[in-house]
Amino acid sequence: MSAPRRPSDPSGLERYYVLTRGRSGPGGAAAGLDVATLVVSRPGPVPGLQHEHEEIVRRCREPLSVAELGAHLGLPFNILAVLLSDLLDAGRIEARDPIPAHVAGRGPDLALLEEVLSGLQRL
Amino acid sequence: MDFKGFDRPGRQGGGDIRSVKVMIAGGFGTGKTTMVRSVSDIRPLTTEETLTQASAGVDDLIGVADKSQTTVSLDFGKIGLNDSLMLYLFGTPGQERFWFLWNGLFKGALGAVVLVDTRRLASSFRAIEEMERQQVPFVIALNVFPDSKDFPAEEIRDALDIPAHIPVVSFDARDRASSRDVLVALIRHLKERSAVAVEPR
Repeated sequence: MSAPRRPSDPSGLERYYVLTRGRSGPGGAAAGLDVATLVVSRPGPVPGLQHEHEEIVRRCREPLSVAELGAHLGLPFNILAVLLSDLLDAGRIEARDPIPAHVAGRGPDLALLEEVLSGLQRL
Repeated sequence: MDFKGFDRPGRQGGGDIRSVKVMIAGGFGTGKTTMVRSVSDIRPLTTEETLTQASAGVDDLIGVADKSQTTVSLDFGKIGLNDSLMLYLFGTPGQERFWFLWNGLFKGALGAVVLVDTRRLASSFRAIEEMERQQVPFVIALNVFPDSKDFPAEEIRDALDIPAHIPVVSFDARDRASSRDVLVALIRHLKERSAVAVEPR
């Protein structure tokens, strides 16, 4: 499994099947992953991981969004989410969801909006 | 073992970086990707979602016989707002019928900009309806194309049936400052909206 053959299936489905070991969607902690979720790896040795897992851990030493990871690795969101879920379960990465403008029960986050506004005005 | 990229071992590596997201919606060819490109700090990237069995219940796709896999793309860019806050901009797929795919595409977004080409107003009807249905706060941005007729924003507002409290602004998606101003208009709208409504949902 560590060195999957170049897929002969041009659609990539075979490759995805190998990568995810046949799983079609993430479970557990990764079920709520968003394209703007930031992924950051926890420090530690990478040997022994499946190639793609290792690649994710390496690229996320600085926080990177799920969308950026997908673009860099050439993996669709749902396939990447399966791999991220493995790494989350193994404690190799942390995932931080985007901050919404409203948190249920807490009302609008005016400080956040103000911070976004002043950042934009500095551009 | 290898702590490159971390100032200190532990979980400090970019530990306080946060993200927010804004969606750029609108009909096909209204300039979504152009806008993302002009304001982004990075070269815009594309991320993909693969549609497989999920198509079973979708009429539109039944006709696309035997295609076992359909890929929809999302162009995106990012803006570093300060040392610890990143704004991600996502252009929605042109085919609105695929929006359902994006698990929480609009969930957690601060809001959306709906781009409108004044020469083809109808192409953005669906995007506007979708924002209303999903209760995503939005502003309307009229992308002024070189051969666009000079419509007063209020005329467009009427034609699109946009309520008075939602800003309608004109801009040029190719221009960074102009695109930035649209984002500023959205955030100001969100602030006003927050001040008016105690809890909109």
